[in-house]
Parts: sequence; C-alpha cells; structure tokens
Amino acid sequence: MAKALRACVFLLRLFAAAATLVAAVVMATSHETTSYFGFTMEAKFQYTSSFVFFVIANAIASGYSLLVLLIPSTSSFSRLVIATDVIIGMLLTSAVAATGALSELGKNGNQHAGWLPICGQIHEFCNHVMGALICAFVGLLIYLLILFHTFYVVINPLFP
Amino acid sequence: MAIENGKGGEIGSSNKYSKFKAKMTGSLPVVLRVAILLATGGATLGMGLNKQSKTAVVAVVGTTPISQTFVAQFQDTPAFVYFVIANAIASFYNLLVLVLQPHLKGKAHNIWVLIFDMVVMTVVATGAAAAASIAELGKNGNQHARWNPICDNFGAFCCRGAIALAESFVGSLLLLILNVLSTVTLRKNVAAHD
Repeated sequence: MAKALRACVFLLRLFAAAATLVAAVVMATSHETTSYFGFTMEAKFQYTSSFVFFVIANAIASGYSLLVLLIPSTSSFSRLVIATDVIIGMLLTSAVAATGALSELGKNGNQHAGWLPICGQIHEFCNHVMGALICAFVGLLIYLLILFHTFYVVINPLFP
Repeated sequence: MAIENGKGGEIGSSNKYSKFKAKMTGSLPVVLRVAILLATGGATLGMGLNKQSKTAVVAVVGTTPISQTFVAQFQDTPAFVYFVIANAIASFYNLLVLVLQPHLKGKAHNIWVLIFDMVVMTVVATGAAAAASIAELGKNGNQHARWNPICDNFGAFCCRGAIALAESFVGSLLLLILNVLSTVTLRKNVAAHD
C-alpha cells in the first residue's frame, strides 16, 4: 500500500512538472502582431509583468518538481519537501490568480478606467494565454493532490 | 566551572527546550492568529472603504462650464471585489478560531483547523495576487494595450489601495508561517505518540 502511494506521488509530481513546463512554454511563445486602422499592435508576454511572473513561477515549479523526484523519500530532506511543497503551491496559486485577473481585464476591459478590451484585436494571443492558464491550473490541481497525499501520510496515524 | 559557565547541564538544557516547545505549540499560534486577524481585517476595511471622486470641467457650452464627477471605487474592478471578500473571509475565520480556541482540544478539531487554515491561506494569496496585478496596471498602465495609468489622477485611491494590499501580503505571509508551524508541530506530536 505504501509502495503504491509512493509510486502514485511520483507520477503526480511528473505530471505536475509536465503541466507547469507546458504552461511556461506556451506563455513564453505567445506573440502576435496585427494591424488595424493603420496602427500596428504587437502583443508579447514581456509587455505585462503578470505574464512574466507567470512564466517564471511555472518554470520554478517545474524545475522544483523534477528536482524533488530525485530525492529518496526516506532521507532527512523529506520534511523540508513538505514545507517547500506548500510554498511552491502558493507561488503557483498567486501566478495563476494574477494572470487570471489580467486576462479578465483584457477580455472585458474596464469601462470606469477607460480601458478598452483588446482580445477582439489580438484573438490568437488571447487563445494562447488561455491555454497557458488552463495548463497551469491543471498543474495547480495536481499540486493540491500532492499536498493531500502529504496530509494523508502525516495525519493517517492519528486516525487509528 | 565548565558546567556552570558553559552550556549548562543536561537538565538545564532540557528545561530550556521544553519551555521553547511549550511556547511554540501554545502561545505562538495564538499570537500569529491575532496578527493575521488584524492584518486581514485592516486590508478588508482599507480596500472596502476605498473611494475617491474628482470633479473636472469637461466642456464649456457658451459661458457655462459643464463639470462631471469621476469616481474611483473598488467595486468597479472584479479583482478588488474578490480581494475584499477574500480578506473578509480570512478575518472572520481567524476570529472564529480565536473565540472557539478553548473548546478546540481534540485531535480531529486540530486537523479541521489545519485544513481550513490552508484553504484560507490559498484564498488570501489569490486575492492579494489578483489585486496586485491590477494595481500594478493602474500605476504603470500598459502602453501596448493603450491603457492609461490612473494613479496620477486618483492618488489617494491608489495610496489606500497600496496600504491595504501590503497588509494583505503581510497577512498571507503570517498565514504561511502559521501553516508550516502547525504542520511541523502536528508531525512532531505524531512522532512523539508513536
């Protein structure tokens, strides 16, 4: 039973690493140039701080997941891994939240601030960002499952 | 002499360790919760009461100037609304736990408090992150999307929002410390019982 759980967590970490890596790559390769009314509008992820933070956070999470896969579960690092799992989960959460807020703004605009929605002009860029967000959200859910497993291993002895 | 001036005998050091352990498991979580309550409560109030109006002359018809009032309030931005709600949830939850502290003695209670702590920490972190992203946009604008910054016109709104955001970040950090502390003490208790 314990071996099956450990194999499960190994697979979950692998999936989380893959999901966050895909999210970072998809966001980093989002680039679109359109022209309308004689204006050329260029959309890159570097123009927005939230998107840059998103790419960096997902890259860190992916690298961390791959690193943790190399640590055997019985070593003294396993307690540190519990704490850093929570921290990396929080990092991913805030990255997804910040990008989500900005994407909502790009899609709907803000009438009171005089900010017009731009997704109508840069449709492909918006789709790219949406794909990256979905991948990062999946990675976040997998991290949540990993945290639940940590809970189960820590708390299980308390429920005899 | 060495025993007196040095690190002390074994009995002295175990007393110190047990005192430290008692402080970590006893009073430190309560102090952290009070601090979190103050931080998230302050963030809720700071952003919830955030409103600034400005009247400007828009046009002159003949000789009469037409003025329009521009209002900046937190309800206009979904991210700020979520920020207020998230911090309100966190402060109410911490108040509830502090009030019910004497009744929460069982192991099951501690586990539920820990689980809800983690949920509340995530909620506060997402609220702060979303609000920070919109606040950065309001301060710097986005030249490529032709979104103008608004902080130069509504300075007081931005200042109060920044203070509320900083308080929420502090609350989120304290929640993280509380969670790690609770997990570590829970694990230590489990190891001690085994």
